[in-house]
Amino acid sequence: MHGLVAVDWHVIWQQVFHPHAILWHVLWATVYISIASQALGVLLGLLAALARMSRFAPFRWISAIYVWIFRGTPLLVQIFYVYFAFSWPSLNFGIWTVSDAALAGIVALSINEGAYMREIIRAGIDSVDRGQMEAAKSVGMTYGKAMRRIILPQAARVIVPPLGNEFNNMMKNTSLLFTIGVFELFAYSEQNYSQFFIADYFLAIAVWYLLLTTVWAFIQAWIERRLAVSERGDELSFGERLELAWNPMSAWTRGVYRR
Amino acid sequence: MTDVILHAEDVHKSFGRLEVLKGVSLEVTKGETVCIIGPSGSGKTTFIRCINHLEKIDGGRIEVNGQLIGYRQKGDKLVEDSERNIARQRTQIGMVFQRFNLFPHKTALENVIEAPVHVLGEKKEQAIGLGKSLLTRVGLGDKFDTYPGKLSGGQQQRVAIARALAMGPALMLFDEPTSALDPEVIGEVLSVMEELAHAGTTMIVVTHEMGFARKAADRVLMMDDGLIIEEGTPEHFFDEPTHERTKQFLSKIL
Repeated sequence: MHGLVAVDWHVIWQQVFHPHAILWHVLWATVYISIASQALGVLLGLLAALARMSRFAPFRWISAIYVWIFRGTPLLVQIFYVYFAFSWPSLNFGIWTVSDAALAGIVALSINEGAYMREIIRAGIDSVDRGQMEAAKSVGMTYGKAMRRIILPQAARVIVPPLGNEFNNMMKNTSLLFTIGVFELFAYSEQNYSQFFIADYFLAIAVWYLLLTTVWAFIQAWIERRLAVSERGDELSFGERLELAWNPMSAWTRGVYRR
Repeated sequence: MTDVILHAEDVHKSFGRLEVLKGVSLEVTKGETVCIIGPSGSGKTTFIRCINHLEKIDGGRIEVNGQLIGYRQKGDKLVEDSERNIARQRTQIGMVFQRFNLFPHKTALENVIEAPVHVLGEKKEQAIGLGKSLLTRVGLGDKFDTYPGKLSGGQQQRVAIARALAMGPALMLFDEPTSALDPEVIGEVLSVMEELAHAGTTMIVVTHEMGFARKAADRVLMMDDGLIIEEGTPEHFFDEPTHERTKQFLSKIL
């Protein structure tokens, strides 16, 4: 009974609780593409943020142009361009192969992500008091060492919450790679749909995305709590952070932000 | 010549068009405590920030332990030294800031051992031993594992002093170390500094604490408008200042 609005629970039940072996394959694809793209995106964002703060003007210009272009054009266009403009190899790691399309997808997603991460990382670094760099230098640290050991660990507390949101977006944005032929979660549901014409396959895959983002929300709350422990006397308990991650509105009703 | 720790010669510094240091010269010998006083804007903070090259200088030269700071001699000109060399030079100059600038993500002990371990490459156990004894020396033997956020201003400043001492510096610089403190905790910081002074630490202290200058200083300098205008022993300085500006300043502050 699949009409216009009725939900075919059987399909969803099957897809979620008794998935075909292929599902693990596409789930893994979504996960590793997300992690790789986010990691590279953070790295690019860090480089761009440091370039942005450089005393050498051309570095600042390159950083500005990079952000201007990649935040100002559609991600989908970037993905298509990166994939079709270059010839990509596929990488073979024994039992695990990264297809040419997946590789191009990771590159496109990372470059795009780096442009967003630059602003987040720069805001984090800016949030650290200037006196910290001076104190680090006064005990003999070079700029690089002061960044690594003193500035970035403190900036991390400001960077991590928006970074977590970026990763949440990233996991969902990987679905765009279906358009260049990457076989990931969404591509799998699309394949099922075009075979059986049952829209509930999309609903089922939405449940899987929801599962991923939910697991991530837990991990994020845990990381944020660890970062908060070190310097605040009034840090939140794990339970409070989980609740914040789940339900931002509860922050207001519980008065967490009012302390 | 051997026990000259600081040799500053005709130091000039401008911020844009504003000339903050107009030729400051100073020699400090081993074990000496020198207090610099003067109205705000006189250039005293800028001067000690130049000593460890937190500020570049526009003219003159600064040597610590016979080593040119921040610059390399190239013919008869000075060119700025490499970052690595400057960093190495700073290891022998301890600095205590007005606003403490402790590393908030590290405990008191971690603040103290950070640079010995990660800059000097000392063994961690050894640095911990030294760090604990230094924290005990400044009266914080019970605060090793406390984060700066849970310490009072006076306690934080004492950790900052221990952090600077941990490098075994030849010279300690204090930039108005009590100006950001509540009145009731100023005393505990000053008494630590007095103890250091009596123990023979070479130190330059920018301060408004005339009581400290009188008790602990071997020499007091008055800076005004980018120049050292008067210097002498505390007795001379507070009892019979000669310069008109010094008299005015002291009458306002005492």
